[in-house]
Amino acid sequence: MVVLDETHQTTLRWPSGADRPVAAVAPDQRAARRSLRDQIARLEHDLGACVVAAFPGQALDVSVTRTGGPRVLGLGELETLRDDLSLRLRDARATLARRGELQQRNRVLLEKMRLDPRRYKFVRLEREDLGVPGCGAWEVRPRLGLIGMLMGWWQVKLSSGCPLRVPRAADVADRGGPREDLPVPRAADGADRGGPRETLVN
Amino acid sequence: MTVSAPREGWVDPELAEEFPQLRLVEVTADHMGGRSTPGARRWLRRLSSRLGGPQAIALRQNPIPHAYRVFHRHVGLDPDVERTPIEAAAMDRLVHGGFRARGRLEDALLIALVETGVPVWALDDGALQGALGLRPARERERLGSGDLAPDLVRGRLVVADEHEAVAVLFGSVAGGREVTRATERLRLYSVAVDGVPAIHVEEALDLSLDALAD
Repeated sequence: MVVLDETHQTTLRWPSGADRPVAAVAPDQRAARRSLRDQIARLEHDLGACVVAAFPGQALDVSVTRTGGPRVLGLGELETLRDDLSLRLRDARATLARRGELQQRNRVLLEKMRLDPRRYKFVRLEREDLGVPGCGAWEVRPRLGLIGMLMGWWQVKLSSGCPLRVPRAADVADRGGPREDLPVPRAADGADRGGPRETLVN
Repeated sequence: MTVSAPREGWVDPELAEEFPQLRLVEVTADHMGGRSTPGARRWLRRLSSRLGGPQAIALRQNPIPHAYRVFHRHVGLDPDVERTPIEAAAMDRLVHGGFRARGRLEDALLIALVETGVPVWALDDGALQGALGLRPARERERLGSGDLAPDLVRGRLVVADEHEAVAVLFGSVAGGREVTRATERLRLYSVAVDGVPAIHVEEALDLSLDALAD
């Protein structure tokens, strides 16, 4: 039986065949720590690649929470960190693979929608479902509204563009407070978007 | 503005054995306090337009931000929770729609950080004794002096002068060492880690001095 004690000290096999732990000299762990740090650097690099690959889709959770502030980590802590990062990387790659597969299926569906829109009435695919950045969605809709619906004239339409950004009053205030030469931010329906009340009174 | 030549700080020998590339470089300069200058505001606006969402996401793959991320991991910090300085600045830019001008010194440090990826910090030179360096905190050491100084856990990595700890590495500064209106001379310092070329550190310090003198 080989026993490895908690401080990772070595054990020796005695010539008689019996295993007896000895008070061994603590080995120099610096090389092991260096090797673990190299592994952690590689894992961090690969995790970074996964995060970038996931953009602009839903962000991947790759955090491996550590507490206690900056310090020199011991061998055990480095091993735990390496293992946690490795698990995170495996999960991230699995998530990306699943997402890629789903996006591929959605691309095929979009092609089918284009070829035969009547079979996919009102089916809607967001750009995000296909891994395409930006806002918008493909939807099978009837041409000319109700008439098209009755006549069976169906088409795939791509709605485009993200909602226009309306500057908030708080942003205006950040740039040096309300100014008379700046338009008061208002929604299309005339409702205010928050911010200092006095700037919204005409 | 009177500026000293960049000087290499010291690193505790045991720490240097663990992290051979860890360096601290410091420089002293006159404190040019006050509000943000028009030049710094323009510079920050230019930088804001260069760094959007995709660039912020891709930051972690750039060599220097990646080096700081890896170092964060190596010293037990999670860079996705306690962000590296450049990622914290990028996040702030995304949240607020642009880099915010906060004052002459703060702007100078931010410009240097965003341009190079290397963080630069400032301390009150008059409140420091001797050269700055990096070391683990000692037994029962506190961050700064006085009754209200917080305790430091033994082994916590700190920036210290020849007398005591003046800041936690990538963390808070000891009371009385921050730059205030009364500060006459600044001590600017930067910490380089494995993967950060020396020229980038010099560049970060030079840029911060240029922006200060602007």
